[in-house]
Amino acid sequence: MRDIVYYAAAIMAIAAALLCITRKSPIASALWLVYVLFNLSVLYVLLDAHFLAAVQVLVYAGAIMVLFLFVIMLLNIGRLGVSDVKGAGGKVIALVAGLVLLGELAALGSIELPARMGQPEGAVARMVEQQGAIQALATPLFQQYLVPFELTSVMLLAAVVGAVVLAKRKL
Amino acid sequence: MPLGPSLLVSAMLFTIGVVGVLLRRNAIVIFMCVELMLNAVNLTFVALSQRLGLEGQVFVFFVMTVAAAEAAVGLAIIIALYRHRDTLNLDSINLLRG
Repeated sequence: MRDIVYYAAAIMAIAAALLCITRKSPIASALWLVYVLFNLSVLYVLLDAHFLAAVQVLVYAGAIMVLFLFVIMLLNIGRLGVSDVKGAGGKVIALVAGLVLLGELAALGSIELPARMGQPEGAVARMVEQQGAIQALATPLFQQYLVPFELTSVMLLAAVVGAVVLAKRKL
Repeated sequence: MPLGPSLLVSAMLFTIGVVGVLLRRNAIVIFMCVELMLNAVNLTFVALSQRLGLEGQVFVFFVMTVAAAEAAVGLAIIIALYRHRDTLNLDSINLLRG
């Protein structure tokens, strides 16, 4: 059952990603991207990252994609007359570059992983079962990675100020 | 879950993102393709965190925060660009190309 759900979500994510990059209308692209993000959160649940799956839906499919749709509608570019997909030359270049990249990544896949990985199989799933999905993630986040976490808040403040300054007509 | 299929899905999503960036001219669509690539990398982190410890999931957390900040600033730049140029076609926004 897990396998069926896993492969269904994986195939739908890839199909929706292909639709996302080929649709003419930016709105359609954005909505297909939302579909990809939902399917990825299904994969996260099956990979024992329950909290990240929730955050994926809340932050990515919720906040970030709403921001995208808001800007598309604000600029009123939802219905473009002409397609913005490049011509034959651009398509060939994109396809060749994509195939080369996929080949390179596939070559990476043939590398032998070190026999002794950090955790034995199923260790993370057991940890999540014992501590709960949130505490298992929060312990390293607030102990080992506390300084990066605090720095992130400074970065978010900078992003807020930067976005307001850039988008405002006159300060 | 096995590691291989997750890494394969992640590689394919990343490639689709790259093809999208090369294929499109609309700045917002290109920006969405970059988000797609970030998500593909996130999937790699989550898949590998099963074998390498929960730090991978912490990194995904940081990547999501950076992506949110990047989306806010990037879309503000796009709004400013549209206000100056009345277009989002990257072929006609070529000031730096000379």
